[in-house]
Amino acid sequence: MTTRIDARFAELKKQGRSAFITFLMAGDPDPATSLEIIKALPKAGADIIEIGMPFTDPMADGPAIQAAGLRALKAGMTLKKTLAMVRGFRKGDDATPLVLMGYYNPIYIYGVDKFLVDAKSAGVDGLIIVDLPPEEDTELCLPALQAGLNFIRLATPTTDDKRLPAVLANTSGFVYYVSITGITGSASADSGAVGEAVARIKRHTKLPVCVGFGIRTPDAARAIAENADGAVVGTALVDALRASLDAENRATAKTVDAVADLVSSLAQGVRGAKQAAE
Amino acid sequence: MSLAKPNSFRSGPDERGHFGIFGGRFVAETLMPLILDLEQAYADAKADPAFQAEMNGYLKHYVGRPSPLYFAERLTEHLGGAKIYFKREELNHTGSHKVNNVLGQIMVARRMGKKRIIAETGAGQHGVATATLCARFGLECFVYMGAVDVERQQANVIRMEMLGAKVIPVQSGSRTLKDAMNDALRDWVTNVHNTFYCIGTVAGPHPYPMMVRDFQSVIGIETRAQMQEAEGRLPDSLVACIGGGSNAMGLFHPFLDDPGIEIFGVEAAGHGLTQLHAASIAGGRPGVLHGNRTYLLMDDDGQIQDAHSISAGLDYPGIGPEHSWLHETGRVTYLSATDDEALAAFQLLSRLEGIIPALEPAHAIARVMDLAPKRPRDHLMVVNLSGRGDKDIPQVADILRVKKK
Repeated sequence: MTTRIDARFAELKKQGRSAFITFLMAGDPDPATSLEIIKALPKAGADIIEIGMPFTDPMADGPAIQAAGLRALKAGMTLKKTLAMVRGFRKGDDATPLVLMGYYNPIYIYGVDKFLVDAKSAGVDGLIIVDLPPEEDTELCLPALQAGLNFIRLATPTTDDKRLPAVLANTSGFVYYVSITGITGSASADSGAVGEAVARIKRHTKLPVCVGFGIRTPDAARAIAENADGAVVGTALVDALRASLDAENRATAKTVDAVADLVSSLAQGVRGAKQAAE
Repeated sequence: MSLAKPNSFRSGPDERGHFGIFGGRFVAETLMPLILDLEQAYADAKADPAFQAEMNGYLKHYVGRPSPLYFAERLTEHLGGAKIYFKREELNHTGSHKVNNVLGQIMVARRMGKKRIIAETGAGQHGVATATLCARFGLECFVYMGAVDVERQQANVIRMEMLGAKVIPVQSGSRTLKDAMNDALRDWVTNVHNTFYCIGTVAGPHPYPMMVRDFQSVIGIETRAQMQEAEGRLPDSLVACIGGGSNAMGLFHPFLDDPGIEIFGVEAAGHGLTQLHAASIAGGRPGVLHGNRTYLLMDDDGQIQDAHSISAGLDYPGIGPEHSWLHETGRVTYLSATDDEALAAFQLLSRLEGIIPALEPAHAIARVMDLAPKRPRDHLMVVNLSGRGDKDIPQVADILRVKKK
């Protein structure tokens, strides 16, 4: 079965370039503005869109993404509304892959089976769930694969060669390499070390390997894209969004453009990368 | 939910860390390799007689164990029912049961060669115990504590700092124990190569709920022997307060397969169960947080709700997964006590027995006040007096002053 994610990577391979993947929090700073922002992303150069599902206790996220989640929750965001937002996006775009990223509890409370049916019909292509390691695959990973969604696993600097096969076993779509041991938006990734890590993962899998955590600038994105099949930027976009808000954290006329402009320049960085040798 | 009665209530968890549907390992991939290493290191330690012998030495000479089992004569007379005994965990070095677990974990950390220790703390008792053992063994210590708790448990903050620990006030979320645990997990993810996370209660990813329970079980093991000695038989009932539930689990676990013994856990009902509270079993349902599936306080969207309790040590929207399982199997009965009931019990115990309890076990005493009178005089009831009240005196004094006005 081919998903939009598989199709997009096949297409990028033909073009000879890496993917630029954006992360923003669903409902930040409010549901309507958030939908406007994600609608603007493909044109600005996002190849794949990750949407955060807000959660009160995001234990792998740094202050910027924690605050984004709390802004969204305060604006009344729920998992149901996140799925509605995906449907809204799909009305105008049937090609750009959408990946939901977050923590397990809201999905568990929504009901795994119902969530998978609703997510698939809304137009979600894949899931990244931070607190579901392979040890808990029966919870959501296996049912998600059955439902035709990609389950994208995180591999980290602590995932050694012994453990990689277990991490990769039920992974599909792509592998998300977390370039640092740490939370989102903290240290910067070292592109040399990342290149080695990506090469190591590629010895174990044919899936595309994308890299995230610690990429903030077009140059950093270019450096990563030269060593990987994709670069993910989250915190820098969330910071740009926050900087455009008014004193009460409400959207302003600048908000959508502030994010789209940064996405454009980051996308140019990625597109300027020399394609890594296969 | 109806569950078949297991053959034993003491055989959990399974190899994947599950107690029925509860428990598990819901953590970021970065932490998984270390958690597997820890599981192995703990299994090796458990099987090593030298580890047990060394721990027993420290428990005796450093912690001051065994803690006494004390017949609370005046409270018994006052309530006019069951014969009440206190397991005096408040007499341990550092003033609570927390030290039993910290000693064990620090010894495991030493076996693993970890030099940097992090911990979360609510009331500060776990933080003080961790700071104490880090001082004793020359380890670096960082304690995450909600900013609200830093404010209401100043004495413990000062103690931790005197012991050489760095206390990090947590400003995120509700700025209490839950948020301290989030930030401790974030630190762990960042410094996983050299850091050991010393979790203070029977919660978190497997093997923590099992490991902490094992280290705390010394409470129940001693109680069995001491009650045999005092009364020539086992107790008829056990009562303990529950935040995460480590003092309760330590007392309960060695008795779970004695079918005649009634067991009561007491959660914090805060302002009352229809208002802000911290009673996860009474007011929550199963969900996934901080590495395990367990009863949690949350809204319809699965967002975790802020807990409230007068007692910083019980102010947590979850409970250890084994308690959730003991609740669903019906082996343990979970009750709750409000802030006001705990305050009344705090004062009663101070005046009747000359023991100023921590606000946490005052919740257990509050329920004893209605459980004991309904039981006959030959009924033997053990209450875990899990901590002493020194840390709570300024807070209680403030509240009583306001109430008088």
